[in-house]
Amino acid sequence: MEIIVALAIGVLTASGVWLLLRPRTFQVIIGLSLLSYAVNLFIFSMGRLKVDVPPIVSETTQDFARFADPVPQALVLTAIVIGFATTALFLVLIIASRGMTGTDHVDGQERDS
Amino acid sequence: MNAWVRHLPVLPIVVPLLVGALLLLFAETRRWPRLLLTVTGTLVQLAAGISMMVLTTDSVPDVWSEGVGVYAIGSWQAPFGIVLVVDRLSALMVTANVTLALAAIVYSVGRWDRMGVHYHSLVQFLLVGLNGAFLTGDLFNLFVFFEIMLAASYALLLHGGGPQRTKMTLHFVAVNLTAAFMFLIGVAMIYSASGTLNMADIAVGWGRMSPEDHEIAETGAAILGVAFLVKAAAWPLNFWLPGAYQAAGAPVAAMFAITTKVGVYAILRASSLLEDATTPFGGVWLFYLALATMVCGIVGMLAARQLPRLVAFAVILSSGTILAAVGSGVPAMTAPALFYMVGSIFGAAAFFLLTGMADRMREAPTRQGEAAATPPPTYTAFAVGEPPDPYSPDDEVGVAIPAAMAFLGLAFICCALLLTGLPPLAGFIAKFSLVAAAVDALPSDGSFGREWLLILLLLGGGFAGLIALTRVGVRLFWSVTGRQTPRLWISEAAPVAFLILICIAMTVAAGPAMTYLDSAADALETPDVYIRNVLGERAESP
Repeated sequence: MEIIVALAIGVLTASGVWLLLRPRTFQVIIGLSLLSYAVNLFIFSMGRLKVDVPPIVSETTQDFARFADPVPQALVLTAIVIGFATTALFLVLIIASRGMTGTDHVDGQERDS
Repeated sequence: MNAWVRHLPVLPIVVPLLVGALLLLFAETRRWPRLLLTVTGTLVQLAAGISMMVLTTDSVPDVWSEGVGVYAIGSWQAPFGIVLVVDRLSALMVTANVTLALAAIVYSVGRWDRMGVHYHSLVQFLLVGLNGAFLTGDLFNLFVFFEIMLAASYALLLHGGGPQRTKMTLHFVAVNLTAAFMFLIGVAMIYSASGTLNMADIAVGWGRMSPEDHEIAETGAAILGVAFLVKAAAWPLNFWLPGAYQAAGAPVAAMFAITTKVGVYAILRASSLLEDATTPFGGVWLFYLALATMVCGIVGMLAARQLPRLVAFAVILSSGTILAAVGSGVPAMTAPALFYMVGSIFGAAAFFLLTGMADRMREAPTRQGEAAATPPPTYTAFAVGEPPDPYSPDDEVGVAIPAAMAFLGLAFICCALLLTGLPPLAGFIAKFSLVAAAVDALPSDGSFGREWLLILLLLGGGFAGLIALTRVGVRLFWSVTGRQTPRLWISEAAPVAFLILICIAMTVAAGPAMTYLDSAADALETPDVYIRNVLGERAESP
């Protein structure tokens, strides 16, 4: 389980960083999305990976080892919402940039023109 | 009365949030109610900021003790709930921030708030993020307020539209989103090692971790530090700044003069709380990084050809100076650095505002200007109707001030004195006390101390700034051809004069100001007081 999650985070981060460094705005936004997935998974895994345990302590909870940390889950939720909103804003920006400059290069102009 | 005072720390966050939301209910055309609301809201925040500054000096007994005020949101006690913590430094930052916003809001009445929609709401939301970032005592909450601030600043940077702004906002958003991801990674790692997000609780647990956990926490802190340094515009993470600040509208750029200081504030706070951390908030490397930032600022100032770009590099230089003072590890330098920070925030902001007016000197208000060329797309998007002509001559707010050129020239000189640190303004006192503290910290046996580098760059930075500003000033004011006397409205001139007057007041009242800042620096030196007040008796128990 750990190795699968670690690999997923690693692959997502590597692809995200590579796309982030590309010159097209669409590649950049996909790169940022992949990075945000990687970061969300990372935060989640920082609460330790556990299967089939509830995140809520109730009166019947006997063993605190069989209890998932709820805080990272709350953090991930917040991070998802914020990342979603900023990505949407970024999307609007790249469409505006495309409309104003006529190119989808991140600098608003092709390199050799 | 006492109940109100108890809720004081939350006011600088709740009031702008409410005002910003209420402003959305008024149509863009109803300018006076909107203006009344936004100015009233900002004045309330200013009053709250000043009262917090007074209360943290313990001049009023029985409210806060030891200069630290703690507000548990929803009465959930730390470390389980989120707390707002007011100490002298955060109260000072909130007050400086709101003062700056007041000047920017009044300035924008002349022209800027009609260049796009929802300008005043966005400024209020920016204030929510900034005030919250200064006040919060919770690491993840700091992230949330950072994001609120950034979201508002993206929209504000875009304010007025145009291809140049769009391009620069694109870069700004991409860089800051990446920095936000690093922030999250850092926070998550620190949480996994320490099991808490409360900054005071992290500081308590820092020394008690097992070696494996400590490694994770230090790595997390290093990644977190990178995110802060991106925001603080430390070299080599600052290439987004000059272009963005140059493209931003004048009042927006003035507000941005303080957004870089949020990163500096976060580093100050973290280095105060995590005193025994080796990375990244203590240690030599921050000092050398800050020196490199200063060099970057100096070179940029000398190379800049336009005034806004020059001031943007001056912002980088001031960030570098404060970081160098923090990284030098000399406690005596903290108070002068804070004085320098406040002076340079107001100086740079006044300069950005001035730039907006001086721009009109060079070119007649033709329709070729980039702002006039493209009508703000938001107007059509929000179906507000036709955008008003920003250059329309019959302006109802316009009370032109006499002797516009004399005012511009005088304000330019004052701002130049402030930024370069020449007497008699506040910049001089700040630089003088910084150099004095650095000289005191030199090794007594005459061997080479790294403080020499800082002294050299401080003086060199002032000199380079003087050369660059003289050159731009000569071209701006003394060139005979192609110049015309601009019409300056009193609503534009007054904020610049206001900011400069504050700096003059800081010079006149340098004694009391330094006393306050000394105690603020002392509070940073003794994080135990902060921790004890936030956590109560939990701090002592192992």
